[in-house]
Amino acid sequence: MTASDLLTIAVPRGALLGGSLDLLDGLGIDTSEVRSNHRKLLFEDVGIVTMRPSDVPTYVEHGAADIGITGKDVLLEQPERAVYELLDLGYGRCEMVVAAHRDHDPLGEALRRLGRVRIATKYPLIAARHFSETGRQAEIVGVKGSVELAPLTGLVDGIVDLTATGKTLAENDLTVLEEIVTCTARLVANPVAHKLKAAQIDDLVGRIRGALP
Amino acid sequence: MIHPIPPGTRDVLPDEMRELRAITEGLRSVFEDAGYGEVATPALEYEEVLRTGDADAAGAGYRTFDERGQVMALRSDMTIPIARLVATRFRRTDGEPLRLSYLGNAYRAVKLGTGHQRELLQAGIELIGVAGPDRDAEVIALALAALDEVGLARHRVGLGDGALYRTLMAAFEVPDDRREELLACLARRDLVTLEALVRDLGLKTEAYEALVSYPELRGGPEILDRADGPAAGALDGLRALHAALHDRGVADRVILDLGLVRELNYYTGAVWEVYDPAVGFVLGGGGRYDDLIGRFGAPRPACGVALDVQRVHIAQAEEEKLQ
Repeated sequence: MTASDLLTIAVPRGALLGGSLDLLDGLGIDTSEVRSNHRKLLFEDVGIVTMRPSDVPTYVEHGAADIGITGKDVLLEQPERAVYELLDLGYGRCEMVVAAHRDHDPLGEALRRLGRVRIATKYPLIAARHFSETGRQAEIVGVKGSVELAPLTGLVDGIVDLTATGKTLAENDLTVLEEIVTCTARLVANPVAHKLKAAQIDDLVGRIRGALP
Repeated sequence: MIHPIPPGTRDVLPDEMRELRAITEGLRSVFEDAGYGEVATPALEYEEVLRTGDADAAGAGYRTFDERGQVMALRSDMTIPIARLVATRFRRTDGEPLRLSYLGNAYRAVKLGTGHQRELLQAGIELIGVAGPDRDAEVIALALAALDEVGLARHRVGLGDGALYRTLMAAFEVPDDRREELLACLARRDLVTLEALVRDLGLKTEAYEALVSYPELRGGPEILDRADGPAAGALDGLRALHAALHDRGVADRVILDLGLVRELNYYTGAVWEVYDPAVGFVLGGGGRYDDLIGRFGAPRPACGVALDVQRVHIAQAEEEKLQ
């Protein structure tokens, strides 16, 4: 937990940054410096630290930030991080999907003839759980970069990935076969800060609830 | 050359060891002066014995076989071994209350890359054979005093009731097969999923409000008046405990928290956790477990608290920096 009485908020860079800063603006927190300075990471005056979304649970679990904003996809992929999930913030909506080449059915063929599918993903845990829950054997191939490339090159039969509009998938001749879960931005809190800074956190949660549509 | 040690375990070198010793000696002297005599139990127990105390063996993570093929497990907490010790070595249940303390390693399974500890040194106390809010308050106040002794200044205790949410669910007739799911959400404070699950149950407004809002109620005794409803028994218990803590002069260091549940399911009443603003993790915790010793055949009420010495050390180092 951070030492000052003020809350330190972990704000995700990337797709959730705009929505998160709009939300904070609406609460009267000055985010102009965050918007104007893309290299700086720590904004002590307003209690904001910025980082990639997948690091938010780590900083919040350890108390380096009292609260944070990250995607539900990140929380599902990192269940070992002990953070409290306080609010569904609603923005940053996207689907975690299974996708494959649009022209034929590589998943079905691989399952029928080889007894398993090969799936590339940045979300190995979510992917493994989805295939396990649906009773299909899957070999999960973890990749870091553009997942769409993997089925096009024959590395895998299909992918599990997050999509907002489906545009990138379509441009790479991929189509959505199954929707796994809808993900939105979530407000998370450090368990100790949730008690020791209860008043500040409740005040913030109350104001966010009031600001949500 | 690299000769690794398992992630989550650590070597301790002289400088750190001197400081750790100072902490453990400080905690121990406070416990001893309050009449809590120190005991030790083996790190290895028969798994069956641990299972007698808790169906899950308190989450024991390491098992092995002895020379006769019996399953042994490394203890994951000290409370079950001490319950066994009490039931076997102090069989008379009508005697004076027992006050015991301990300092020992517990072993937990870890998730890699999380910084969780596989082997952790715990210091704690158990007060056995007496019930009532004043006895809970004795244990909580002693834990606070022990941490004062080793140099902490800003530590606080979170206080809840381990049975409260179950009582609520029973009163509002939440279907049996949904209750564990709700408790699991509550335990990890996934309030978003909890709210969605409660909404799906289609309960009356009053039930919905209570099940969703209780986990957010934290603060002074005024939150007990805001709660009320079918959990009045548990709330009265917390009121009495808060009054007992007030009598001991430590009520201002206690945060009531109606969403507090401890992972272990042997707790039967009040549960508590210890926090310090310097550390993002819980420093320790405990609660009342009136049924546990009875499972070993010598029933009597009990409560206790365990502190994670390494985390206390981190808090102490931070506290020194501030001075």
